[in-house]
Amino acid sequence: METNIKLTKLASCAGCGAKVGAGTLSQMLEGFQTHFDERLLVGYDKSDDASVFKLDEETALVQTLDFFPPIVDDPFLFGQIAATNALSDVYAMGGEPRLALNILCLKDSMGSETVQEILRGGYSKAYEADTIITGGHTIHGAEPLYGLSVSGFVHPDKVLTNSGAKPGDVLILTKPLGIGILTTAAKADLVDEMLLNRIYTQMTFLNKTAAHIMKKYEVHSCTDVTGFSLLGHSFEMAQGSDCTIHIDVANVPYHKEAYEFAEMGFIPAGAYRNREYAENGVHVAGDISRAMQDILYDPQTSGGLMIAVTEKDADFLLHELTESGVPAAMIGYVTETQEHSIILK
Amino acid sequence: MTTLDARGLSCPEPVIMIQKAMKTKEASYVMMVDNHASKENVTRFAEKAGYTVTIKENGGEYTLEMRK
Repeated sequence: METNIKLTKLASCAGCGAKVGAGTLSQMLEGFQTHFDERLLVGYDKSDDASVFKLDEETALVQTLDFFPPIVDDPFLFGQIAATNALSDVYAMGGEPRLALNILCLKDSMGSETVQEILRGGYSKAYEADTIITGGHTIHGAEPLYGLSVSGFVHPDKVLTNSGAKPGDVLILTKPLGIGILTTAAKADLVDEMLLNRIYTQMTFLNKTAAHIMKKYEVHSCTDVTGFSLLGHSFEMAQGSDCTIHIDVANVPYHKEAYEFAEMGFIPAGAYRNREYAENGVHVAGDISRAMQDILYDPQTSGGLMIAVTEKDADFLLHELTESGVPAAMIGYVTETQEHSIILK
Repeated sequence: MTTLDARGLSCPEPVIMIQKAMKTKEASYVMMVDNHASKENVTRFAEKAGYTVTIKENGGEYTLEMRK
């Protein structure tokens, strides 16, 4: 058994960039027979982050599953990132994660220490999120995979879907973009250690604080910006909410180094799938460079929350988020539906 | 002219390949790729390096001609 293997070399694609395109998924599910149950508050029909099932008047169950191939070589860090990413879906629904199950695929060449480190990373983030890992399932396969199936709870009247945005809402994003591009450039050894540490810190930063703060304000809609990119997830929010989303590109936070790497073509394949999925609904109203558009379509691993909050609460929410160490920014607003789902300017 | 075959490779390998090749600063390069992302990424790299890119498609494979 090897012990000093590079995890990312065992995977054909990395992190949330491995996600199957949004359009492909909805086509595959079309026409399947399913039971109707009025207690199912959120199902797959709105492409949301997690399903929500009402248990009683006070409690609804939130369920999600997320896993992916290694995005980093350090197994502990990989476990942390995968768990942070999986837990995020419950936060994005306005819920609190409570229980989780490991999902793990091992390649034969991985040593037991590597596997243990991946799991230790996952457990460390679950602990930070007040979540208990109760078991899981592990198999052998062609490449490593790790993630969690997370269950949490939310009050049935306080579920935050990605389809509740209303005209007049302001959009706040809680983490900068560019992770997919930077991790692609890192595969070519072009990213220095300081920048790598910065994006590792970001990917292991739970959306817990942001989620707890947003619940104090009048928030209509929320999603986490992950594999489908800012524009892919915005497209889903706009379509689901029957609104148009306007993005002030100059205000969108991103890692500046990602711009140059995008110009050089270090762009993950998932960014092109995201563009193909959403671009017919996107109107580019301003002079926005190709590299900047690439960043807007870049798949994020363990990305931030995109929150649609009332205009009157937006400044207060942003202030409290930034005061609490969440790198949030106002990136746009919502209007009645127009010719395009998304307008970039 | 240098000809490179990046078919069967996924990103960022084709870009790394053209990046290394362009260190010799030749006036033209030809590269074959077999997926959309590689075609786009190699095009971006070459254009950033000051080359004009012409793309020919044949059955899902692409031939990129890059000229200064």
